[in-house]
Order: sequence, then C-alpha cells, then structure tokens
Amino acid sequence: MFTSFFYLLRARGLKVSLNEWMSLIEALDKGLHGSSFTGFYYLCRGILVKSEADFDKFDGAFLEYFKDMEFTDELPQELLDWLENPNRHTDGQYDEAALLRNAGLAEQEIQRMFLERLEEQKEQHNGGAYWIGTRGASPFGNNGDISKGIRVGGESKRRSAFQVAGERKFRDFRQDNTLDTRQFQVAFRRLRQFSARSDAAKTEFDIDGTIRETCDNAGNLKVVYDKPRKNTVKVLLLMDSGGSMDYYSRMCSALFQAVSKSNHFKDLQVFYFHNCIYSKIFKDPQMRPASAIQTDWILQNISSEYKVIIVGDAQMDPSELMEGSYYSYGARDSVPGIEWLRRFKEKYPHIVWLNPSERPYWGGWWAKTYDIIHKDFEMYRLTLDDLHTALKKLMVNR
Amino acid sequence: MEQTFQGSKDYVASQELMRSVNISIALQKPLLIKGEPGTGKTMLAEAISQALGKKLIIWNIKSTTKAQDGLYVYDVVQRLYDSQFGNEGVDDIGKYVKLGKLGEAFSSEEQVILLIDEIDKADLEFPNDLLWELDKMEFYIPETKETVKAKQRPIVIVTSNAEKELPDAFLRRCIFHYIEFPDEEQMEEIIKVHFDHVEEHLLQQVLETFYWIRGLYNIQKKPSTSEVIDWIHALVLGGVDPDKIRETVPFAGVLLKKNEDVDTMKRYMKNR
Repeated sequence: MFTSFFYLLRARGLKVSLNEWMSLIEALDKGLHGSSFTGFYYLCRGILVKSEADFDKFDGAFLEYFKDMEFTDELPQELLDWLENPNRHTDGQYDEAALLRNAGLAEQEIQRMFLERLEEQKEQHNGGAYWIGTRGASPFGNNGDISKGIRVGGESKRRSAFQVAGERKFRDFRQDNTLDTRQFQVAFRRLRQFSARSDAAKTEFDIDGTIRETCDNAGNLKVVYDKPRKNTVKVLLLMDSGGSMDYYSRMCSALFQAVSKSNHFKDLQVFYFHNCIYSKIFKDPQMRPASAIQTDWILQNISSEYKVIIVGDAQMDPSELMEGSYYSYGARDSVPGIEWLRRFKEKYPHIVWLNPSERPYWGGWWAKTYDIIHKDFEMYRLTLDDLHTALKKLMVNR
Repeated sequence: MEQTFQGSKDYVASQELMRSVNISIALQKPLLIKGEPGTGKTMLAEAISQALGKKLIIWNIKSTTKAQDGLYVYDVVQRLYDSQFGNEGVDDIGKYVKLGKLGEAFSSEEQVILLIDEIDKADLEFPNDLLWELDKMEFYIPETKETVKAKQRPIVIVTSNAEKELPDAFLRRCIFHYIEFPDEEQMEEIIKVHFDHVEEHLLQQVLETFYWIRGLYNIQKKPSTSEVIDWIHALVLGGVDPDKIRETVPFAGVLLKKNEDVDTMKRYMKNR
C-alpha cells in the first residue's frame, strides 16, 4: 500500500533495498509499530535508514509523502483522527503560498530578513507568515511549518512523528554539510598505500614462511618473522592563511587538526601562504618573515611522490594572481602567483585544491581569480562527498 | 515467547531506543548502534542482558580482528608441537579447534546476547565476512567436518563509532539506531541512576554548567555522560559548595581533556 513511498525514498537518494522493504512489511504485519503513527515513523527509520547522515533526507521524504496522504481505513483509527485534527493547525489558517515562498529562501537571506524583522517587530505574533512568532509559516520563530529558518528560543517538541520529522534536526549530519575534525580524520584515513618495502625491523609473525621453513626443517618448528606493512603516503599541505580566509578559520583548523593528528602518514609537511603562493612560503600561520623559506626550495627538495593538498578560497584581487612584482611580506617577486601554482602542478602529479568557499555566486570581479585557478586545478568543496572524491583523486594515477 | 526491553535498573533508555531494541528482537536482525562516544552504546547490551536475564557474550573488535577469529581458531602450532613430542590426542583435530565468541554464542544451549563491540575498528571488509554467519546463524568447520548451528538465535547488538563506513550489504541486514546525546531531563534521570542521592541544588548547578560548556562554540572534545558522572563524584568528594560551581567550574580537568578546551572555557567564563 505504501509502495510509492518506497520509490519516493529512493528518488530522494536513500539507498533502500527491497530486502529492507520486505522487513518493514514483515514488521508491520507483526504490529511492531504499536498502532501509532510515531511508532510507524521510528519503525520505518530504524529499518530503512542506516546512517544518521541520511536521517534528514528521510525526514524530508517522510513529511513530503505523509503530509497530504488520504488514509484508507486499513490504517488505525487514531491515525485517521490525528490526521483530521493535527493539533499544529488549531491556531488558524495561514497562507500556503507564503510557506512555499519562505521555504525557498537561502540561509543568508533568512539571516538578513531576521535582523530586519527584529528591527521592525515591536509586539508578539503567533501564526502568521511574516513576523517572528510561534507556529505559522514565517521562517523565524518556534514550532513553525517551514523546514528551514531561525528558531527563536523555546523547547523543541518531540512527541508526534510529524514534529520529529518536521524538526529536521539531523540536518547537520547530511553529507553535503561541511565537516568537523573527526569527519576529516575519517576521510583522511583513505590516504593509504601499504607497502612492506619499508626499512622496518622484522616484527610480524609470518605464518606461511613458518610453515614452509618448518617443512624444510624436517618438521622441527622454525619460526619466521616478516616486516610489517606500512603506509607510504607522504603529504604536503599548503594552507591559505589570513585575509579572506579568516571567515573559514574554524573549518580550516579542524582540517589541519585532522591532518596533523593522522599519524598514519609516512611524512607530513605543512606550509602557509597568503592569498596565493609566491617566491616565499611560510612555516607558521602567522607568516612571520623569520619563518619564510624559498618556494623553490620546496619544489627542489620535496619529491614528487608527495600528495599535495592546497587549501584556499582562491579569491583575491586579480592583480595579486596575474601580475609579477607583487610585494608581500618582504618578498619582492617577478613571477606571478599563477605561475607558481602551475609550477606546483607540474611538479606534483597528485595535487588537489580544497576550497572552503563556493564560487562567489555574484560572479564578476570576485569570481575572476577563482575561475582562473579553477581552470588549472580540480577544486573541491570542504564537504564530506567532495572530500572523498578529492582524496580518491589523490590516490589514483592520472 | 514475547520479550520486550523496558530499560533496566542501571540504564536509562529513551523511548526510541527501546523501540529499536524490541524491533530488532522481534525481527531477529542485528541491531546496529551508533552515537557520540560516551552515550552508553556498550552499556546497552549489558542492560538488555540484565533486563531479559540472558547471558552476555562480548566480542571486542580490534584493528587486527578477523571474522574467522569469531567463528573458531584452529591451533596448528600447538598441534605441531604436540606431534613432535608424541603427545596423546594429536589425531583428534577437534581438540585443537577452539570456538570464538560467535561460535560460543551459537553453541550455547540458551539464548544469549552477543555484543560485537566497535565493529568499525576492524578491516573494511570485516562485516562482509560475517554476512552469512549472521544471516543463517551457522558456519562450517572444514577441519572437523562439523557445522556449528545456533541452537537459539542470539540477540545480536553491534556498536560502531563511525570510524569507517560499513558496507551496504551488511547495513541492509541490520536495524539501525543512532543514540542522540541526552537532553537535560534525560541526563538528570541518568545521573540519578548512578547516584543514590545527589543534592538537588548541586545537580541543577552541575547540569547547567555542563550544558553550557557543551554549547560553547569552540570546544573540540565535548564532555559526555561518563565525564559528567566522574565530575559529580569529584565534586561530592571534594565537598565543593554548589553555589560556586557555576562561577569557578572546579575540577574542570575531569570534564575537559584538552588544554585548549580548558583555555576556551576560561575565556568564555570571563565574558559570562
């Protein structure tokens, strides 16, 4: 009876299989939902969804499907009652169109409007589509129907299925969201390439060798040890620091923490630059002249087997990228930044650019340097999906 | 036989968690538990075993654990040694086959709870190697030509810290539950389970401060349930005046394990 729900879930990107669907039907047969809609919600979620990263997608699809559902009498009576009288709407009707319009707003837009509204609003409002208040379709306030927006104080409710799903509180776990240290760490574990050729001591028990040697030794036990397999991946991390990057400092620090804590790399080198790489590059993020070293030194001394990760927003004044003699931190330079970047690209076959920011959507002047760099470098956002693609890219030979 | 789990004396389970446990028992599928560290994933299995009065078998997974270890181990080296000294019973292979935790759970006369703890620690392919065994609840030992088949299907609980993605084929066979961090109300309940009597005023101050710290923007390692319990122990033993807790946050080292976090907290305390 819900087969279309199954297809909706799949259409919304949840990998629900027929097996799981059959389990759900079996569970419903056994009455495991306890004849309640909330029970039904948790039952569906427990059986069909296998990662908290997908909870939000599920909540979205669940709301979409059951919001306007005409229930037949096959379903329990209390569910029917509940749907006829969902107690959220008792405060009167409001404008559906406003709900839809507000649902389409971007986050920044919502923030801007929120601040404006705070200025304007002088009294309490409940149930409308414009002011900050409870219920209603405005993107601000509490208990509203809109799926995104700013919640103003108050307790979250978690009793009924619609409210649980409507809260969409697993939004943060979505894979297209940006990341924390732990998620970075998990991601960086993918940078692995095992090899036993390392110059380590023989410490690992070699079963096959032992059997072979024992047989050769006429059955008298002879134990053989072997070298442990070790990760041979070396990483060179180049981070943009300061300026327009300050806005992303928290995310970048999480990334940095994750990389520096990943003790499975054979070697890790970290350097900092401002805006773009020039003839000098810095060992500390404050970029004190004392910590400067020649970029040429890196190109000559750090071998091409290093996997290079550049982190930066790729947004600067076009002259900072394209023209030579850019004066930066005491480093007078005749080679333009883009040329330095290309030198890195030439030297290191495994190189990716991680960008904490998106291409500026207003385009034009600010997107100019982004577009130029993007032509030479594969750019990846700092989201779980993008990061995985980027790291995969680092591991394969082009 | 109707078995339901309603939480236990020492373990406070949320409605949703109890639901998931009961669903997994009824459908005879493994229950996969994920959640922040310190939300009591491992303790859940103990609580279920207590509540249902069943024996608990714990299989701790390490990075070197192989699926085979859980089924049985054939001790070739021991047999080889024994044969060299002409010991008795070398002919009997069965003597050298030792059942692992999974084998133990299968061969038990009564239904048991099997906890596969931190499955994500093992190799990426590990869960896939257990698909058949968990589905059919049986495995074959070629050395002795024996099949070990579950006499009573064990209730299987699997925990994961999300260090690795688990394979889809494995996930499809599980019931999934994500333990959320308890809210203040639940936390109060949990604390009351661990302490016979905590002064109400102290408890309020502790919870307020604890959630304030968890809510701070820059905290890298958020304190969890086990830390707040240790903290209350420390506060009670230290005889700290409850009114001072919010202002001075004594024994902050119990809550925050990183120097940076303690500094962050102090910075925020000044501005509070």
